[in-house]
Amino acid sequence: MSTAAVKLDNSKLTGRALKACKSIVNKFSDALLLPVTGIAIFLFIWTISAQSIHTSLGEFPGPSAVVEQFSALYDEYVTENEKAEAFYQRQEVRNAAKLAKNPDAIVKIRTYTGKETFLDQIFTSLITVTSGFLVAAVIAIPLGIWMGLSKRLNSAFNPIVQVFKPVSPLAWLPLVTMVVSALYVSDDPMVSKSFLTSMITVSLCSLWPMVINTSIGVSTIDSDLLNVCKVLRLSTSTHIKKIVLPASIPMIFTGMRLSFGVAWMVLIAAEMLAQNPGLGKFVWDEFQNGSSNSLARIMAAVIVIGFIGFLLDRLMLQIQRKVSWDKSNLSV
Amino acid sequence: MTWIKSITPFIKRFSLSVAVVLSISTTAYSEELGEPEKEELKFGFIKLTDMAPIAIAYENGYFEDEGLYVTIEAQANWKVLLNGVIDGSLDGAHMLAGQPIAATMGYGTKANIITPFSMDLNGNAITVSNDTWAKMKPNIPKMADGRPVHPIKADSLKPVIEQFKDDGKPFKMGMVFPVSTHNYELRYWLAAGGIHPGYYAPHKGDTSGQIDAEALLSVTPPPQMPSTMEAGTIEGYCVGEPWNQQAVFKNIGVPVVTDYEIWKDNPEKVFGITEAFAKKYPNTTVRLTRALIRAAKWLDENNNANRPAAVKILSQSNYVGADYDVIANSMTGTFEYEKGDKRAVPDFNVFFRYNATYPYYSDAIWYLTQMRRWGQISDDKSDQWYKDLAAKVYRPDIYEKAAKSLIADKTISAAEFPDFASETGFKAPQKHFIDDIVYDGTKPNAYLEKFAIGLKKGEKL
Repeated sequence: MSTAAVKLDNSKLTGRALKACKSIVNKFSDALLLPVTGIAIFLFIWTISAQSIHTSLGEFPGPSAVVEQFSALYDEYVTENEKAEAFYQRQEVRNAAKLAKNPDAIVKIRTYTGKETFLDQIFTSLITVTSGFLVAAVIAIPLGIWMGLSKRLNSAFNPIVQVFKPVSPLAWLPLVTMVVSALYVSDDPMVSKSFLTSMITVSLCSLWPMVINTSIGVSTIDSDLLNVCKVLRLSTSTHIKKIVLPASIPMIFTGMRLSFGVAWMVLIAAEMLAQNPGLGKFVWDEFQNGSSNSLARIMAAVIVIGFIGFLLDRLMLQIQRKVSWDKSNLSV
Repeated sequence: MTWIKSITPFIKRFSLSVAVVLSISTTAYSEELGEPEKEELKFGFIKLTDMAPIAIAYENGYFEDEGLYVTIEAQANWKVLLNGVIDGSLDGAHMLAGQPIAATMGYGTKANIITPFSMDLNGNAITVSNDTWAKMKPNIPKMADGRPVHPIKADSLKPVIEQFKDDGKPFKMGMVFPVSTHNYELRYWLAAGGIHPGYYAPHKGDTSGQIDAEALLSVTPPPQMPSTMEAGTIEGYCVGEPWNQQAVFKNIGVPVVTDYEIWKDNPEKVFGITEAFAKKYPNTTVRLTRALIRAAKWLDENNNANRPAAVKILSQSNYVGADYDVIANSMTGTFEYEKGDKRAVPDFNVFFRYNATYPYYSDAIWYLTQMRRWGQISDDKSDQWYKDLAAKVYRPDIYEKAAKSLIADKTISAAEFPDFASETGFKAPQKHFIDDIVYDGTKPNAYLEKFAIGLKKGEKL
């Protein structure tokens, strides 16, 4: 009897172990195998279809051509750095000569005047999108809270928000450019005009999802919470701090995530159209160059743009997870 | 991102080993010339091979030799570039010869732009789509080996345009800017073949330039020319290199005539700065002119020996960025018309010889005559008006200062420049036009009377 029980137990155990094994395999395949297969199939289809698309600039670039351009872009970065170093050395020597001739001469070290490499462009784009997004957040979140708190304000502002929300960055851009060049006049500007133009365009377009989500989040707070607040006779600032903000954080962050996505897309378009430094300009320049490598370089930029967009979204998600109490709607 | 860039030098500076000694041409001339008032400059250009003097002056360190730290930036189109120079975000730029003239005259945006340096001669061509070429080809006389006789005249295009008219379709062509060399060259070629390219009437607010037109011309930025023609929006275009050779490489069109054949050694681009800049920074102006003259000389030196090196620089993505072979095709003295029909045109791009860099008044006046011919200047003007305007825009005085200091340094010999003592700024009457009409810059009104198509004295639309 007892041996039978042990046997049964054993078989149960192996069954459990098997199950555990299976679930690990399943998890493994879900987390790694499937995406890898997906990517492999994508690469395969890409390679095959690329070979059959003939543009006037030659064959459409396949994965290998793109990889080749990635390394070419890196090499360019290295050479440009060397050139920059030589530039600074020449400058030092020239300044020394100038001082030797005239000890009162004012010399200074100038920034390298060569071209911006792909890595520089990525860096520029990241700075621009972050500042544009932050500016938008600083305006949008208070505005959204205010609109959520007051029904009357909401009905007053809502039409404006609804009309501006669908406006493409390309429509804003000429206006922003002209306004910036008219108003931003200084002999020694802290930031360049082109940076400001891109940044403001990004802000204008990423403002709206944040405003809408914040106001919805605030206006749909559980009435129990509001009643508690009324009973305790909390002051407005305490009400916002203790009840409104914590309760609407999930919605605010959903809005922020949406906005960051919009901001990144808008930025590339704005840089392309306005020839402002960044990845968008890189793409446009390559298109204009029309060399036999251009398409592969654009494709390399496309992959980088997508990858950065993905990373930015993940970053927002992590922050949201940290600050939000409601973990239910944090799906990927 | 100036502020990011401005941090880098400090980081770099500390990491530098100053021990490296570079031989830098110490400046013997600077006693007389004086240090530049403005050392950090930003120049704009359009992706065309004739921007070469700017790229070479940068890459060969000629700007740095003058104590100038120059940033070079490609511009989206000629309008953006001109606005950049006017509003000061660019200190100077590679410009169409017509741009400073039109700006000073007030056609388009009004601003006093001057030019101390003419950038090149020739360098453009007219390209038509494969389809139009197939229809034109039967009308062109052939040589013994079956290749077309050059120069190809617009007479062979006329039947094609008539066919379009019969079918009720407009015949459209692209050029790069209303006051561009290309617009006037294309118009000259069409009109010489009896095709009316259309008038402008700015006093009536009509700046489309299509009044009475048989061929409708419109503006397309140079780098977009091939793709616009490929899309079927235009049947042909007139543009600088490498965008004609690009059409041959891409198999989408055939260059039919170069501007060298339309007008031998015609002036093309200039280097434009505002008059205010030249007044405020006189030393800087002379110094940048010196650097550009040296670059132009390098480009033509030893019978174009440096051209392959120049093409290599131009093919970098931050300059022209097209493939080496495409740029080399025209820069190294040959030009490929129909695929495989490569002919020698040693003077297709001239940067220095024939005094190409000297800003001649007669060149400016030729552009003014064409502006009058096509109605961009609505009213009759006196010969003196033409000369006064030319003298306001073209500034051989600055050029002369730069050239003389180069001669004093023994960098370039006096024989390579015009004889400044006797130079009047007017070239002797020029004969080498496709329609054999002679141009004398001192008599613009008499010249205008010679054209069959074009506004004449007293005519106003």
